[in-house]
Amino acid sequence: MNAQYVAAIDQGTSSSRCLVFDLQGRIVSLSQKEHEQIFPRPGWVEHDPHEILRNVIEVVHGALDTGGLDVRDLVAVGIANQRETTVVWDPHTGEPVHNAIVWQDTRTDALCRKLGAELGQDRFRDKCGLPLATYFSGPKVSWLLDSAPGLRKRAEEGDLLFGTMDSWLIWNLTGRHVTDVTNASRTMLMNLETLDWDDTLLDAMGVPRAMLPAIQPSSAIYGEAGDSLGGVPIAAALGDQQAALFGQTCFSAGEAKCTYGTGSFLLLNTGSRPVLSGHGLITTVGSKIGDEPATYALEGSIAVTGALVQWFRDKVGLIGSAPEVETLARTVDDNGGIYFVPAFSGLFAPHWRGDARGVIAGLTGYVTKGHLARAVLEATAWQTREVVDAMNADSGIEMTSLKADGGMTANNLLMQFLADVLGLPVVRPNVAETVSLGAAYAAGLAVGFWPDVESLRANWHKAAEWIPNMDQAERDRGYRKWKKAVQRTLDWVDDDD
Amino acid sequence: MPKPIQSIERASAILRLLSGRTRRLSLAEVAGELGLPKGTVYGIMRTLLSVGFVEQDPESGKYRIGAALLHLGSSYLDGNELRTRALNWADWLAARTNESVRLGTLHDGQVLLVHHVFRPDNSPQVLEVGALLPMHATAMGKVLLAYHPYLTEDLSNGRLPRFTSGTITDPKLLAIELEQVREQGWAASLEELIEGETSFAAPIRDRQGVAVGAIAISGPTERLCDDAQPRIELVSYVREGARTISRDLGAVPW
Repeated sequence: MNAQYVAAIDQGTSSSRCLVFDLQGRIVSLSQKEHEQIFPRPGWVEHDPHEILRNVIEVVHGALDTGGLDVRDLVAVGIANQRETTVVWDPHTGEPVHNAIVWQDTRTDALCRKLGAELGQDRFRDKCGLPLATYFSGPKVSWLLDSAPGLRKRAEEGDLLFGTMDSWLIWNLTGRHVTDVTNASRTMLMNLETLDWDDTLLDAMGVPRAMLPAIQPSSAIYGEAGDSLGGVPIAAALGDQQAALFGQTCFSAGEAKCTYGTGSFLLLNTGSRPVLSGHGLITTVGSKIGDEPATYALEGSIAVTGALVQWFRDKVGLIGSAPEVETLARTVDDNGGIYFVPAFSGLFAPHWRGDARGVIAGLTGYVTKGHLARAVLEATAWQTREVVDAMNADSGIEMTSLKADGGMTANNLLMQFLADVLGLPVVRPNVAETVSLGAAYAAGLAVGFWPDVESLRANWHKAAEWIPNMDQAERDRGYRKWKKAVQRTLDWVDDDD
Repeated sequence: MPKPIQSIERASAILRLLSGRTRRLSLAEVAGELGLPKGTVYGIMRTLLSVGFVEQDPESGKYRIGAALLHLGSSYLDGNELRTRALNWADWLAARTNESVRLGTLHDGQVLLVHHVFRPDNSPQVLEVGALLPMHATAMGKVLLAYHPYLTEDLSNGRLPRFTSGTITDPKLLAIELEQVREQGWAASLEELIEGETSFAAPIRDRQGVAVGAIAISGPTERLCDDAQPRIELVSYVREGARTISRDLGAVPW
């Protein structure tokens, strides 16, 4: 039997997908299935771990069927997953003690503030690279262990296991309790220098070491899948944004990508040393290939980008579908002087201001719905500009081009405006599915399907390029106005809100 | 069940007849084909004209299906929407064929480029989205013409400009070629717009089966043809890409 493909599982927030790739990194087939979003209370978001496991196995077989393939045609499977989402389960029964607590879930807000106390949000930043925020797994585990009597004791005795989605899937598929360094770097429990669990962090969060998975490279054979996937090696795991960085072949220091979805994530490879941010970015592990040293990254996350277009469609109703925002925006030549800062739940990178709320600044009687559509799109570009500036300042490396991927790269007006306000060429790769591609690449490397990262670079092809076409004065003026609009979002939330 | 209303049945028969023809029909032709008195057909035709379901050519007095009816059944598809929905498969087509890919829609009698994927060889290329191309000299244009018969008629009334020695400038020859496009389900432009460049296109259809756009690969003739004949494996990829996008748009597989 001639095994000649690699499959990637993209276990995402709203769905699980499987893509099969060939040696040239081309998509051969795809299958996907959505899972239920469980909202037990306002601000709480959960997933059913069993449903996700079932869907993952189903989409792998679905993708194989679509491509007329058999599991024996696969050399390896790699996993990219929603980051930080937390599962705790009983290894004896395989039963989770609670639904998975999703990264968006804000139930640990009070806990995070308590942990910060007088020392502030950045109390653990020098160890783990992260600010105290509700996304990260450590506080979620702590909350979970306190949610029912006896859990903490079972965890201390090794009768409960913790894992992010990668761990949950790998444990179920291979029986091994492991996680990869990129996922571990999102827990707030791992030390960025040692790449091991940190006792200071574990003690502060109250997470017993006995329940933690072994930290492994992102690209390594973790084990062979059981009957459900016909013994194929599970050979990679990465957090989804790190997988996209890998799929965009940003293997060298100074290479960056931005994935444009509901929110957007800009990651810059900073090489073999972690760079701590002085400008509101977070420090994370980019990848680790087998025994090679880990690669680090700076990450800037923007909460509301595609979500603003969705809001414009669903709540304002001026467009019937997301792509129509471009059609409406093209009915006018500019933004009519308005700036839309979508600080719907505060401002993220690089500001981190929870007290901010959204504004549309510069409104006059002249403004039409076309201008509004334009401002909606421009908001994504200006927010990217702020993160790029912060990256340049932190890393000391001037970015020379931006590799973009994700759904919003279909928006031509946005991509051109992005190139204009960054003053940099923006390029889109031929395979837009960079998350899955990154997981496939890492898995293929582990089993020798691809010899080295250089062979992967040869697979990267430019599908489109947008060249800046805005004069410096106009760019500066627009950025000045944007910054003024941002100032107007601050200090909106009061204590009695 | 109440008895069917005869005048609605007859109006439907007239619309069916007109929609099945690639040229306009005279009142006498319609009456003759349906075996109805001219007076009866005239009365129904006046009503259909008044609601915009048929149109009459002011010079010849002949009839064809009206724009109102075309829009009634087929959901208008935004070009930006089409690009978004086709993104993955256009990339796939470029990767499979190693050629550049373009998506076009009809716009004022021309092909509007709504999407462009570079040839995947990292050579310098310029994004052409927004450009307008002539219908009769491009593979995409021929596909769109073949599935919008009345446009062909409009085009034959105008002049067909020549771009290369291969450009089809005789409306009669174009009509024959379009008939073939309809039969085979794809079109080629063999150096008809630019010397040395060949392209193949296939229709993208929506849920109603209406051709809402066309997808094409283009490249040097020596790569796309063998002995001046289209390389069928490349044509197959174009057709597969078009079918997959159509399926995603809700078209019934064909």
